[in-house]
Amino acid sequence: MIQILLRFLVGGVVVSAFALIGDLLKPKSFAGLFGAAPSVALATLGLTVATKGASYGATEARSMMAGAIAFFLYASFVSWVMMRYRFQALSVTLGAMPLWFAVAFGLWSLGLRP
Amino acid sequence: MRVKFDTSALGQTKFHQYAIRFIFGGCITVAAGLVASKFGPAVGGLLLAFPAIFPAGATLIEKHEQEKKEKKGLSGTVRGRQAASIDAVGSAMGSVGLLVFALLVWQFVASHPAWIVLPGAMAAWLAVSVLIWEMRLRARTLRRKDRRDPRASQVEGE
Repeated sequence: MIQILLRFLVGGVVVSAFALIGDLLKPKSFAGLFGAAPSVALATLGLTVATKGASYGATEARSMMAGAIAFFLYASFVSWVMMRYRFQALSVTLGAMPLWFAVAFGLWSLGLRP
Repeated sequence: MRVKFDTSALGQTKFHQYAIRFIFGGCITVAAGLVASKFGPAVGGLLLAFPAIFPAGATLIEKHEQEKKEKKGLSGTVRGRQAASIDAVGSAMGSVGLLVFALLVWQFVASHPAWIVLPGAMAAWLAVSVLIWEMRLRARTLRRKDRRDPRASQVEGE
């Protein structure tokens, strides 16, 4: 329970810190880089390596590559839709979530499944 | 185009919006740990690149830009949407850096201390992301010059 709480606090702080940096920067395209900062990974991998060992962390990082490719396609799709159609940001970003899951788990099942 | 800090954005963001990001960040970090415990690190690792706070960030940008325009008596709907779209382009570029981050951690964390690998991979994320952003900016500038005077960029390229 303590570890879950610790993960929650560390994750919250790291993710908020990167979001804050993104808020402060201009232009918008540069600030957007921080939307894809490895904030969750930094918060998680440090704790994981410390508690479960380095090879466990390495396996997570290998899968993270599939997640990053999925993120690229997801963000590109969101940008394309928002530039061309009259949808609100919340509906597009949430509506496109299945794309992230499909690509990430698709890549995982193709090459990363043990 | 110069990169700069604009502290006025801090005043635009309300406390509950900071709280939402904190809670989302905390929840996805916990979820990544729980999924890894239940289904193994190969599945849990996918969530390390989950766009956890991306929807909240894009919505916030859209809202701020909309409010800015509305203060001037104009409809800011289109501007808000465009700003969120540009932010998403930035995130797409940042995700290439994220891929490099993951690649470096995967390759080096088992053989080197994590306190060296993680900051090193973090620096690589920043370097790759900024480099791609800079390259895109230069390519756009060049394209604009081309449209104005096709011969100008030909001379520059030679």
